[in-house]
Amino acid sequence: MDYVNIFIKSIFIDNMVFAYFLGMCSYLAVSKTVKTGVGLGAAVIFVLGITVPINYLLENYVLKEGALAWLDPEFAEVDLSFLSFIMFIAVIASMVQLVEMAVEKYAPALYGALGIFLPLIAVNCAILGGSLFMQERQYANIAEATVFGLGSGVGWFLAIVAIAAIREKIRYSRVPAPLRGLGITFIITGLMGMAFMSFMGIEL
Amino acid sequence: MSETAEATAVAKEPKEPLFSAKNRRLLSDPLNDDNPITIQVLGICSALAITVQVKQAVVMSLSVLVVMIGANLIVSALRNLIPSRVRIIVQLVIVAALVILVDQVLKAYVYDVSKQLSVFVGLIITNCIIMGRLEAFALGNKLWPSFLDAIGNAAGYGWILIAVAFVRELFGSGKVWGFQVIPDSFYDFGYYNNGLMILPPMALITVGIIIWIQRSRNTKLIEEN
Repeated sequence: MDYVNIFIKSIFIDNMVFAYFLGMCSYLAVSKTVKTGVGLGAAVIFVLGITVPINYLLENYVLKEGALAWLDPEFAEVDLSFLSFIMFIAVIASMVQLVEMAVEKYAPALYGALGIFLPLIAVNCAILGGSLFMQERQYANIAEATVFGLGSGVGWFLAIVAIAAIREKIRYSRVPAPLRGLGITFIITGLMGMAFMSFMGIEL
Repeated sequence: MSETAEATAVAKEPKEPLFSAKNRRLLSDPLNDDNPITIQVLGICSALAITVQVKQAVVMSLSVLVVMIGANLIVSALRNLIPSRVRIIVQLVIVAALVILVDQVLKAYVYDVSKQLSVFVGLIITNCIIMGRLEAFALGNKLWPSFLDAIGNAAGYGWILIAVAFVRELFGSGKVWGFQVIPDSFYDFGYYNNGLMILPPMALITVGIIIWIQRSRNTKLIEEN
């Protein structure tokens, strides 16, 4: 039940886009059509589902205070957590590269669909944000961290597909000229954020 | 005599004054016509989340300024040495190292603000404004223009951040920089703080309105749809 709770919570209540504004840059830039939105959203789910558990292992067995005790009891006092930014971003950048190569080799069709979006993801704040929130919230085991990563990815996917669909429709409306494009997208996202706030406080 | 004059003229010719018109534009454009947030759509992620109070916004803008100047200078100095295939990873490592420094300094001197900023200090690494300027400018320009570009863009980012934070803090909690600004007598007449301003969605709407004002003043910036 705990897993379901974390999953739902990370999709709706702690939604990456609407509650924390993570991954906003690509959210605004790539949401012109639903098709590209789906592609980038799927890539984000994929990469978050892989990098969060890896960074969880890294955090708990290498970086955290006393995490190196499994190597030698002498290391129990070593605290490497100041290195976590550089380690996390290195893991993310190299995982994205690996995933890109693996997908290109074994699933060319998927690569065709995700291709151009995968490199973009290394600098998507939602991915690094996922790892940093995982570090801050101290999940109990790796399964919880994985579920959190996947849930955050799904939440981001929902957000980008929804805004892309709205932007496709709004092209047929008469928006005041200075608001066209970026301005109206900001305001719509704000309104969607208010709608998502109604999930606040739900416990499963 | 004339030879030395010629030599100095030749030596001087490729060197342009430190604040030539072109360099001044590097500083002033990002403040308005080429603003990183409202026009280039860079660095939105952190811009919105930490604008509840002016103090946080100022600390965040300063951190971005420091990281950006450092990263632009380092990348610009190394621009001929970085192989283009691995440039993203090299840039990420440079930025991450600078962010670690900033984070440790914040933790040491302004611990409470650093706690409030939580993950967003770390997220300066993936702040697209930094990567974007590195890619678009520092990789192809000399040290001094890159330095000016960093200051210009960080200032453009900072003023939007502080403006949004000012509006949100003033209407959301009646304070500026933590001090009560709206007098108590207003509250006696039935004035209420707008609690919605503190919540995340209003940051987006405030930025949307800034964009609206900016583009209605400068119609060149209006998008085609």
